[in-house]
Amino acid sequence: MELFATYVLGPLGEMADNPAGVVETVIGGLGNGFLYALVAIGFVIIFKSSGVFNFAQGAMVFFAALNFAGLLELGLPWYLAGPLALGAMFLFAVLVERVALRPLVGQSQLTLFMATIGISFLLQGFGEAIWGGNPHLLKVGLPEDSLFAIDYAWGQALGLDIIIQQSDLLAIATGLVMVGGLFLFFQFSRVGRALRAVADDHAAAMSVGIPLQHMWIAVWALSGLAAFVAATIWGTKIQIEPTMINLALKALPVLILGGLTSIPGAVIGGCIIGISELLFETYWGQPLFGGATTEWFAYLLTVPVLLIRPQGLFGERLIERV
Amino acid sequence: MLYRETGVFHSSYAADQAIFKLPQDRYAIAFWLVVAAVVLPLTVSNYVLTDLLTPFLIMAIAALGLNVLTGYCGQLSLGTGAFMALGGYMTYKLVTALPSASALIGSLTGVELALPDPVILGIRPFDLWFLAILIGAGLITAVVGLVFGLPSLKIKGLYLAVTTLAAQFFLVWLFIKVPWFTNYSPAGIAPAPPRTLLGLQVTGAASPPVNRYLFVLALTCLAALAVKNVTRCKVGRSWMAIRDMDIAAEMIGISPTRAKLSAFAFSSFLIGLAGALWAFVKINSVQTDAYGILVSFQVLFMVIIGGLGTVLGSFLGAAFVILTPILLNIGLTALNPGLQALGLPAFEVAMIKHIEFMIFGALIIFFLIVEPHGLARLWQIAKQKLRTWPFPY
Repeated sequence: MELFATYVLGPLGEMADNPAGVVETVIGGLGNGFLYALVAIGFVIIFKSSGVFNFAQGAMVFFAALNFAGLLELGLPWYLAGPLALGAMFLFAVLVERVALRPLVGQSQLTLFMATIGISFLLQGFGEAIWGGNPHLLKVGLPEDSLFAIDYAWGQALGLDIIIQQSDLLAIATGLVMVGGLFLFFQFSRVGRALRAVADDHAAAMSVGIPLQHMWIAVWALSGLAAFVAATIWGTKIQIEPTMINLALKALPVLILGGLTSIPGAVIGGCIIGISELLFETYWGQPLFGGATTEWFAYLLTVPVLLIRPQGLFGERLIERV
Repeated sequence: MLYRETGVFHSSYAADQAIFKLPQDRYAIAFWLVVAAVVLPLTVSNYVLTDLLTPFLIMAIAALGLNVLTGYCGQLSLGTGAFMALGGYMTYKLVTALPSASALIGSLTGVELALPDPVILGIRPFDLWFLAILIGAGLITAVVGLVFGLPSLKIKGLYLAVTTLAAQFFLVWLFIKVPWFTNYSPAGIAPAPPRTLLGLQVTGAASPPVNRYLFVLALTCLAALAVKNVTRCKVGRSWMAIRDMDIAAEMIGISPTRAKLSAFAFSSFLIGLAGALWAFVKINSVQTDAYGILVSFQVLFMVIIGGLGTVLGSFLGAAFVILTPILLNIGLTALNPGLQALGLPAFEVAMIKHIEFMIFGALIIFFLIVEPHGLARLWQIAKQKLRTWPFPY
């Protein structure tokens, strides 16, 4: 009973006492969740059309961020540095397809997964060898101050007295634009339709004349773009250093929760994980468990969800035959 | 011609079931054992013993453990680092709480009792307490591993890998946040207390490298023997059936629950043992830094590059993953005087680290492309070549 009071009633009471704080936490969590989702989208794009579980996505974000930050440090304006960094990601996509994936066609999923871990090491080492191992800052003039909701008409109308980080809003907006853009791309563009065909059935897609190799370059380039966008947004929040790759690992539970093959799933999974882990950290982790619970909460959260739905919330159902 | 089964006739069931059926294999393994146990400790320097061979053997145990789970039973795990940490911390708790067998009896019964401790030819045959501690810590790790293996009954493949990451991050967080695990040591780093085995000091900063090496070597051989034999018996066969196709295995009467959970338990036991040895024999302290997510990946590399489902592969993989970065480091550092002579800038320490990362990543991709079935497969190919030599058709 006493335990119940400490671990359930206490935090819930605290939430009830200060609803504005809960709203703040939820918005902050949503911002984090969209950051995870931006990385997870990159995973999904590759997994859906080539079946490769791309562990290197985190390293790709790091690499894109390093390139962008490094070029800015050299004194290039952002409108030159950005496209150059994006070009580097495209070059990387071509190289990955040529050097690593083409010889590994037909190997087991595990082998391909390990190859992407190799790519992850390679990218991290390469990026740091070029730009140095010190933490970099990536500031492209994106808004990052806090807003006071009460200063605005909508804040007064809702009676909200909260502080919102502009970077959170930016992450949410960018995430929504990305999802919308990808939806349009997959639905209406020629390449997008070809990619969906490849995702449905490799052999059938090849038989109607879709060049698989080009498609693989296209998916890696697309996820390179996703990594670049994620890197730019992340740069407003954190320093560019290798620990970023571990942070990007958080995209794994996000995409497992959402289902490996669904882009909306990645976003919704990101929201669920971002919000719940920040709420848990604020109301349970910090006061009761000594903090830093965000390190593991997302992973633990996936276990009960997967026990009920082994394919994630929005994944394609797994059908097994002997 | 050089290597062949032809002409070797087994006249008993035992001979037919032997691990090494051919005399050639037996001579070879005896040769390698003599080299490892006698020649190497007498000839190589302490640096080679402590920094190359001992970590190689310890990680080989961890790789054997993960190979049981991933290679033989087909369950992907990224929680190896955490289970190694668990082994290390549990050994530390047991060692400090129960310094000797007498202390255990005393704490259980309340009677202080001095066990006899005879000395025969300078060694104490009863002095095996540390071994008992290691086994105890391994068993605790096995139980925890079994608990974290429970989701595998429902979740498969890459989904399972992500749930094992929960073990990795949660356990490491727990060891950082709960000071009880380190007996309230400052900064969360617990120094490994010195312990003896058969009268020889094997842990602690003052123990001689040769003692440590031989201790680890003995345990590694036992672990390899255990894995080889377990995978040849009923349990091991049920693991492989589950790996090859779980639904089919279930239909022919294999219980997936028992097969998967026994694989998780046995694998965690070995991984916990490796973690305990890493803390007590290699780095002389118990701390979470040594058991990060990177370790989990390293062990997975060993298993996959070495060869899934082979004992030999675990050793080859461990050698590759442990020794390559060290040799690269030595090689790149050795290039420095030459570069300076040419008027080029020398490699800085940080730069060497980055290049190490790059080459290591590239080598992984290279090996996966050249030999997706692992290094152990090369030995199979070599054997086939030797069989057919000199007429390879």
